Amino acid sequence: MRKTFIESLIKEARQNPNIFLITPDLGFSVLEPFAEEFPDRFLNVGIAEQNAVGVATGLALSGKIVYVYSIIPFVTMRCFEQVRIDVAYMNTKVRLVGVGAGFSYGSAGATHHAIEDIAVMRALPNMTVCCPGDPLEVKGIVQESVTYQGPMYIRLAKSGEPQIHPDDTEIQIGKSVVVHEGDQFAILTTSNMLDVGYKVAQVFRRQGVKCSLISFHTLKPFDHLKVAELIDSELPIITLEEHNIIGGLGSIVAEQIAESGRGVKFKRIAIPDQYSHFVGSQAYIREKFGLSESQIVETIQSFIGF
Amino acid sequence: MEDVQITKNIRKSILDMMYTSRSSHIGSCFSIVEILYTLYFRILKIRGTQFDLVVDDKFILSKAHGSVALYATLGERGFFDKKKLEEYYVDGGSLPGHLDMKSASGIECSGGSLGHGLSIGIGMAIANQKSNVYVLLGDGECNEGSVWEAVMLASHLQLANLTAIIDYNKLQGFGETNEVINQKNLHERWSAFGWNAIEVNGHNVDELEKELKRPSDKPKAIIAHTIKGKGVSFMENKLEWHYKSPNKDEYLLARSELEGAL
Repeated sequence: MRKTFIESLIKEARQNPNIFLITPDLGFSVLEPFAEEFPDRFLNVGIAEQNAVGVATGLALSGKIVYVYSIIPFVTMRCFEQVRIDVAYMNTKVRLVGVGAGFSYGSAGATHHAIEDIAVMRALPNMTVCCPGDPLEVKGIVQESVTYQGPMYIRLAKSGEPQIHPDDTEIQIGKSVVVHEGDQFAILTTSNMLDVGYKVAQVFRRQGVKCSLISFHTLKPFDHLKVAELIDSELPIITLEEHNIIGGLGSIVAEQIAESGRGVKFKRIAIPDQYSHFVGSQAYIREKFGLSESQIVETIQSFIGF
Repeated sequence: MEDVQITKNIRKSILDMMYTSRSSHIGSCFSIVEILYTLYFRILKIRGTQFDLVVDDKFILSKAHGSVALYATLGERGFFDKKKLEEYYVDGGSLPGHLDMKSASGIECSGGSLGHGLSIGIGMAIANQKSNVYVLLGDGECNEGSVWEAVMLASHLQLANLTAIIDYNKLQGFGETNEVINQKNLHERWSAFGWNAIEVNGHNVDELEKELKRPSDKPKAIIAHTIKGKGVSFMENKLEWHYKSPNKDEYLLARSELEGAL
């Protein structure tokens, strides 16, 4: 995803001279092509996230479109007050681009895991929150981010994520993408769980169980219309995300279901409200928290009652 | 004498707003009056006509608890009708306790939490290389680590169009600045980080103007020695006036002192 991000940004920067990229000294072996092609529009501010966001704000207040790239906890929480006041309150065209959704940096330890970022970012007025699930969604979001108004947070996974959608799929900020239609239950995914959700759906569909699979690459503004349709159809809804169970996709959908006054069957699958003290890869830690493909299949089976 | 008259007017407006609203930070506002006067009447490139002014340079009040001094200066300079000053801090008003860039013409940047302005100033200085960018910080604000992140980067980038002004009034939240966190060597600190650091009397507008205009090939730090509460004898150098607003007797006394200051 990070490779797709930088390739897409370079493409946009060739067309738009106002695009600027800042890093607090992260992105080695990813950002170099941009830095080489646009040396005057690339700035490594050193290991100083607060300053990175402040400088980005000053540039944005002067008409630039500024992308700040780092690992998720550092570009969102280390500098949270700069994000709150300089970016969100002043409603500036800063794009916080975080890499390492969920347990992408598994073995690196909990300091590098991103499990609270969605909750924190979506609570900020003016902030758009995008969590692309495959390279095609990354491409579409980066493309639209150039002209999109106000500040944005773009949550990337890491590298090697497969493309799920066909090439001609239209990606539009604020609009979900239906991968499969189905009439037995619906799996809603966001961010890097699209790939897992896709595999889970395949398992059920191979058994002749017709489930829907919908990717929510934007959590704010949220595609409430799509969820309203699901509530109307009275399908059981399952949300799937690699984020704390508090404050992410599951919370958004829960709020909507609760306010709809319609009791549809509903299950959130996410990281339980705890930090990982496990050592291991993303796949290993996912399994520890019940987020592997086979565990999710089992969870859904017992929830639906097959 | 014009400068004395205008700075006196600014202080009177500050006093009126603080008395009416019963809000804090009068001492912090009085210490920066000459700095703001020098910037808005002698330094910043400002064009346009009354109530329709545009600043070609950039100014950020990073110590945004001095907002009232900025409102009073902008009113005096003609950015908006001075009647707007009555809209400070009241229900249905338009000027908040700390800065909202949407609240009035002439405010380039919102603020209210310390340690943000200098970084934003760097971004502006990079994007506007033909303009000058001025950022006014408090001495206590220099406790914030983020200030030093910005100090390092500005000198690394040799941003000669960036000037930081430090309001060195020597008092902050809990007492004397150098007793809270010793930074008596403020000049050496900024110099050591690669800035052109200059110490001035922050209430002498000619000295301020001269040093603000002095050419520099690197970012400049004007360490302005000031007096918290400057202009009203019983408020000068008194920590309590970081918080207190004047009662009626104090207001009248202060008003008569300011009237007599000519």
